[in-house]
Amino acid sequence: MKIAVMLKQGPDLVEDLEVDASGKALASDDIKFKLNEFDDHALEEAILLKESGAADEVVAMAVEGKGADKILFTAIAKGADKAVKLNGGNPQDSHQLGKAFANALGSEGFDMVFTGVQSVDDRDGQLGPIVASYLDTPCVSVVSGVSVSGGTAAVYKEYSGGMMGEFEVDMPAVLGIQAAKQAPRYAPVSKIRQVQETASIEEVSMGDLGSGSRSSVASMAPPAKGSGAEMLDDVEELIEVLKDKGVI
Amino acid sequence: MGDILVITEHLKGEFQDITFEMLGKAKDLAGESGRQCVAITFGSMNGKSDELGVADSVISVGGSDDYNPESYAAAVQSVVSAKSPSLVLVGSTSMGMDIANSVATALDMPTVSYCVDVSAGSSGFSCTSSMYGGKMNVVTNVDGSALVMVLAGAFNADEGKSAESPAVEDFVAESGAGKIRFKQLIEPEAADVDITQSDILVAVGRGIGSKDDIKLAEELADILVADLACSRPLVDAGWMSKEHQVGKSGMKVKPKVYIALGISGAPEHIEGMKSSSTIIAINSDKNAPIFDVAHYGMAEDLFDVVEELVEELE
Repeated sequence: MKIAVMLKQGPDLVEDLEVDASGKALASDDIKFKLNEFDDHALEEAILLKESGAADEVVAMAVEGKGADKILFTAIAKGADKAVKLNGGNPQDSHQLGKAFANALGSEGFDMVFTGVQSVDDRDGQLGPIVASYLDTPCVSVVSGVSVSGGTAAVYKEYSGGMMGEFEVDMPAVLGIQAAKQAPRYAPVSKIRQVQETASIEEVSMGDLGSGSRSSVASMAPPAKGSGAEMLDDVEELIEVLKDKGVI
Repeated sequence: MGDILVITEHLKGEFQDITFEMLGKAKDLAGESGRQCVAITFGSMNGKSDELGVADSVISVGGSDDYNPESYAAAVQSVVSAKSPSLVLVGSTSMGMDIANSVATALDMPTVSYCVDVSAGSSGFSCTSSMYGGKMNVVTNVDGSALVMVLAGAFNADEGKSAESPAVEDFVAESGAGKIRFKQLIEPEAADVDITQSDILVAVGRGIGSKDDIKLAEELADILVADLACSRPLVDAGWMSKEHQVGKSGMKVKPKVYIALGISGAPEHIEGMKSSSTIIAINSDKNAPIFDVAHYGMAEDLFDVVEELVEELE
C-alpha cells in the first residue's frame, strides 16, 4: 500500500503578523514559514503505518517555493521513501493547491492520501476534502487513528467532548489527520544534511490550477480589541485578584 | 431570492449547540434580506423539529441517525442542488468540515472557513473569518450562493431557540456511493478527573515548553486546590492525557476561575473555556488573543510569575 502525504507551509504564529499595504494580505517580508503542524502529524501517521508493515511506501509531496526542499528532505530523514515537488505554478488558495495535488496524485498513483486536517490560512476550505472531491475518492476529516487491512481502512474521527466515530473506508481515500498515534518524530539536523547529500527530489508539473476559490479577500486586520483583560503589573496584584475571586 | 439553509448537527439524538447558534444568525440574516431560514435535519431528527422553531421551515433528508461523511454530504448536496439557496451555514466542526468542503467543491460554490460573523450586503454576504490562530480577522465578500463554516461559540445559541413548530418537508436525497461505512460511536474512556466539574482550573499551553515543566503548574494547582487542564498541543505531544484537554475536540468547561498559563488563545481553545466566570491569562506575548477573552492578564514569562506566586503562597 502506498501513502502520499500532502505537505504545506504556513506562517509561524509565534512571530508577529502584520497586514501589507493592500490591506488584504499578510506583509510577506516579515513572515517566517513553517510546516503546517497537522501535516507533521499526517506524515507521522503515514510513517507509523509503514513501520507497522501496513504500508509499503510513503511519498511526501509539496509545492515548490522557499523552504519546500527542506520540508521534503526532512520528511525523508523521518522515514518517507520518496519526495515529490510540484512545480510550474503558484497556487493562490486551497482550491488551486488542491488542483495541483490532485493533478500530481493522478499520475503518481496512491492507495491513501494523508494531509493535515486544517491549516492556519485555509480561508477557502480544507485541502483534504477538496482534493478528495477532485479525485472522486471518499474522505474523512479530523482523523486521529488509522489502521488498514485488505482494501479498507478503519478510521477514527474525533467529535467534541472526546467522542469518536469509527468508520470503514474503501481505498483509495483521502484523510485529514488531526493527530498521529504518537507525537511527530524529530529529525536531527545531521540526518537531514546527510539526506540532502544522498537523496533526490523528484519534480513534477502541477498542471492546470483551475479557477480557484471563486472568492477573494476584501480586507484583513487584527481583531478589534474589546475591553480586553485588565493587565496586572506584578504578582502582588495577581494575588489580590485570586483573593478577591475566592481562590485563596 | 434563495433561502438561507442551516445544516443542523446532532449527536446521540440531541441537536448540538452549533445548530442553534447558526439558526439564530440565519434568522437574523433572513429577516434583514427578506429570505427564508430553512433547517436541514438528518435521520430521525425531524421528530425533534419543534426544537427548531426559529426556522421558517425544515427539510428532512432522512437516512441514518449515525453521521457518515459521505452520505450526509451527498444528502446536503442534493438539497443544495435542488433548492439553490443564497447561503448555506455549516458548522466549522468535525462534521461540517467534511460536508462543506465536499459539497462546495462538487458544486463549484465558494466556501469560507472559520466564520465569526456574517452580514447581508446588497448583492451577497460579507463573512469575517478568524484566522492565523485568532490573530487576524479576514473579510470575504461572496455574491451568489456560498457555503459558510461557522465557528462554534461565534453566535448566541439562545437566539436560535423558539417554541414554534415549523413545517417539515420530506426530501428524497442522495446517499453517496457507500464507500464509507459507519461502524460505531466510541465514548471517551472513563477519566480520573472530570474537569467540567472543577471550580478552579490551572490550564497549561504550548508556552510551558517541556513535559518536565508541567510540574510547576501542578505545584500551583495543588496550592490552589485546582485541577489541571491543558490545550490540544500538549495532548498531541503526549505530555498530558486527553481527559485534561479543553477546547473544540476536548471538554467545554466553565469553572469559577480559569488560569491560563502559556496559552495563546486559538479559536479552538477559546471555544472550550470562554464561559468561565473569571479568566486569568499569563503569556509572554502581549498580542496573544487569549488576552481578548481574559478578564485579567499578565504579559510576563509564565515561569517567573508562577515561581514567584508559588513562593508567595507557600
